[in-house]
Amino acid sequence: MSLWEFANPVKFMALSGKVLPWVIGLAALTLVPGLIWGFFFTPEATNFGNSVKIIYIHVPSAMMAINIWVMMLVTSLIWIVRRHHVSVRAAKAAALIGVTMTVIALITGAIWGEPMWGTYWAWDPRLTSFLILFLFYLGYMALWAAIENPDTAADLTSVLCIVGSVFALLSRYAVNFWNQGLHQGASLSLDKEEHVADVYYQPLLLCIAGFVLLFVALVLIRTRTELRLVRLHRLEIRERMKDA
Amino acid sequence: MLELGKYANAILSSWGITLGLLIALILVTWRRSVHVKKALHAAEKRASDNG
Amino acid sequence: MIALLVRDMRLAMRAGGGFGLGLAFFLIVSTLVPFGVGPEAAILSRIAPGILWVGALLACLLSLDRIFQLDFEDGSLDLLATAPIPMEGTVAIKALAHWLVTGLPLTLAAPGFGALMNLQSPGHYWIFITLLIGTPALSMIGAFGAALTVGLKRGGLLLSLLVLPLYIPTLIFGAEAATRGTAGLSALTPLLMMAGITAGSIALLPFAAAAALRINLR
Repeated sequence: MSLWEFANPVKFMALSGKVLPWVIGLAALTLVPGLIWGFFFTPEATNFGNSVKIIYIHVPSAMMAINIWVMMLVTSLIWIVRRHHVSVRAAKAAALIGVTMTVIALITGAIWGEPMWGTYWAWDPRLTSFLILFLFYLGYMALWAAIENPDTAADLTSVLCIVGSVFALLSRYAVNFWNQGLHQGASLSLDKEEHVADVYYQPLLLCIAGFVLLFVALVLIRTRTELRLVRLHRLEIRERMKDA
Repeated sequence: MLELGKYANAILSSWGITLGLLIALILVTWRRSVHVKKALHAAEKRASDNG
Repeated sequence: MIALLVRDMRLAMRAGGGFGLGLAFFLIVSTLVPFGVGPEAAILSRIAPGILWVGALLACLLSLDRIFQLDFEDGSLDLLATAPIPMEGTVAIKALAHWLVTGLPLTLAAPGFGALMNLQSPGHYWIFITLLIGTPALSMIGAFGAALTVGLKRGGLLLSLLVLPLYIPTLIFGAEAATRGTAGLSALTPLLMMAGITAGSIALLPFAAAAALRINLR
């Protein structure tokens, strides 16, 4: 019994169908209490005031935005190398979730930045990288949407995802360099992980776990939908051939 | 009710937008899932009826 | 291979697409920017290297979809796929042809157009050098994007959406090197980084582009 057995769509559907209710339940059990804890029962921070409450959505969504892209890269590579349908459908299923997370991270960051730094947007390396990541997500999804043949689309989007990852990484370094080229040192530091006290850390961890589980649940549902669509597509073609 | 102080606008709008987006994402995912499931069942029934 | 290069260049020139159009577009961008930001010489000379870079990049983008589209439609791409030259070679040659008819003229014209934006004296030299090193990467990345979208009927807009994010690192380093050089600072680091991107693109992207083409020809 190896992990690759679940690359078989039928086996994947059976297993994911069994696992899904548990994942949904767990996601609800972590995300809802985590968010309530973070929103209602956390103290003010000395230098952030109450605005620290934004951390409970900003940090998890930002983490997910990057990790989902990495997951898409891995699944695309698996598709290119081993041609498992489940893999590439999972990448497609994850893209919309990733883009939503990126948008959430950008918007909450902008809203948070206004009272903290006095501006909604600064060309800080992190902010800029997220904007670029958003563009990459858009391109990936647009390419999926544009190609009719599902197998061609799967191949081309995987190639794009792999090449895009290299360039996204390059952009990350380029942006770091570029900003330091204009400013002396970082005037706006987003590194607050170091001085996050336990009172903030525990609900934050719960929220992160909630976001991860929510992502797993959503990606399972969406992958199942994508696999069903593939099957539906095949049945429709067969029907049309019989009619003709 | 919780006292949010001078950051009330920032906190409420960012939380509101986040929850709105997440709920929208969940609804889209769920509705499409149900829709595709139904269509697939119909197609499979047709396929087995036609032999 | 040389025959293919000559043929591609001749076609591009005859169709009147790349050569003239890209340059004209570049000139128009250089003309429009001062209208947008105002005629103050100090501001213009400050932003001139960046504007020239963005203008060259957009002009380069204009003719990308022609790299493979026509050959795909009339079937000569299928012939090229079965030709003795490997697909990677074909892609590289076509990117080179694209660079020779768009990137190179843009590079040659940029210092001249810089005069419209009050580009100061070492700036001409730097904009020429950075574009000379950077535009091959733009052509190669663009060829990859064109290979991805070649099978699509209206791929033009999608092509821009796919290619522009890939242009970001080249643009950042190129414009940064040009800006620094113009300001009299050391521009060696960004210049080397950009040269690295160009070399890496030329070395690796033909494989990705050829893979995409094979998928599209299947």
